[in-house]
Amino acid sequence: MNIVRNMIISAIVLALFAIAGTFFVTYTYDNTIDKINENKRLALLKAFHVLISPETHDNDIFNDIIKIQNKSLLGSKNPVTVYRARKENKPVAVIISSIAPDGYNGNIELLVAINYDGDLAGVRVVGHKETPGLGDAIDENRSDWITKFALKSLTNPDKKGWAVKRDGGEFDQFTGATITPRAIVKAVYNTLRYYKEHRDTLYE
Amino acid sequence: MNNTNQNGTNYGKIIYDGLWVNNPAFVQLLGLCPLLAVSNTVINGLGLGLATTLTLVASNMMVSMIRHWVRPEIRIPVFVLIIASTVTIIELSMNAWFHELYNILGIFIPLIVTNCAIIARAEAFASKNTVPSSFIDGLFMGLGFTAVLVTLGAMREVIGFGTLFQQAHLMFGEAARGFSITLFEDYRGYLLAILPPGAFLGLGFLIAGKNIIDKKRQAHEKHIIEKSPKATEVLS
Repeated sequence: MNIVRNMIISAIVLALFAIAGTFFVTYTYDNTIDKINENKRLALLKAFHVLISPETHDNDIFNDIIKIQNKSLLGSKNPVTVYRARKENKPVAVIISSIAPDGYNGNIELLVAINYDGDLAGVRVVGHKETPGLGDAIDENRSDWITKFALKSLTNPDKKGWAVKRDGGEFDQFTGATITPRAIVKAVYNTLRYYKEHRDTLYE
Repeated sequence: MNNTNQNGTNYGKIIYDGLWVNNPAFVQLLGLCPLLAVSNTVINGLGLGLATTLTLVASNMMVSMIRHWVRPEIRIPVFVLIIASTVTIIELSMNAWFHELYNILGIFIPLIVTNCAIIARAEAFASKNTVPSSFIDGLFMGLGFTAVLVTLGAMREVIGFGTLFQQAHLMFGEAARGFSITLFEDYRGYLLAILPPGAFLGLGFLIAGKNIIDKKRQAHEKHIIEKSPKATEVLS
């Protein structure tokens, strides 16, 4: 009988702690979740504005989105998001969140901004697991390598030039890390190809 | 060192224990997972160190507060509950108010839950001591851990990147961008220091350094005692 009594008391004490713990966690969650979502939105918006300056468009780029899917060109079997910039309802540019699937440590998440005429407005890496000190030079905080994509297009350079220097192209690789830049160059090129084929549907 | 107050609590000893004698990272070798993973720069080390300190202080105080109510057989589950809730609250708060730093430390904050230093202090100290002394213990164990993280972070950052305090703005705001010091221009970086093996090597050197200091001190004290026979009589 004593065992049952002890068990019940212990269970009640433990349950009370669980309730108290859950209460404080839920309370904090409720009070931070709006701020956290706002932070995420602002961080993404900041990334957008680096690529496409705010004066060039007047729509709510954050909510003017479509989802597209193309595993071979956009790197993901899941739909990726396209953000559309317009001015007075005329298309200005898109930002495609495509993926370089063959990084050294898996997927590299990109934002590829393409002006309406097909020139790159810029590329940024928003998520990666590349080796610190080697492959992470793709990060804007580490080097300016990623900024070299601005104003490139499918014809500038030509098809052969869209590769790292070791493969005969015109993009730098990093000392000790060729796989990472190679993956990004390929993914950006493929995204441009997708854009060329689907430009009009992207702005619909 | 003998500043014991009326309650018999020796705060000086608790502080000295946490920072040096019983330092969680140097001596107890607890919490190595975050220690090795996040000590690649000073700012990363400082961020994780402060988050760990906050968790230690909060969990130590709560464990101490409830130490008379919890039956011994369920104390570990209760401690785990307290620590997990505290860490979740800190994680959410950091995500809300230090978002950019959170982006760097984010995946390591939940690891604080599994930092054995925290449950070790709950079990070994807070569950047997008063709230104020548990507070001091948590604070200085945390600061001792932070000191090691920052020192190791500085070593690895200087050797690995040739800089100090890079990305300080993530923690101290835009004004701190100027804190970053580039020690060597055109430094190519030394990869080993940034990768996990560099953390192991660095920690090894730091522990060796501490042991040398301790040995020298011991020898010094012994020397003094041998020189003055009166001191020996007093001690015995």
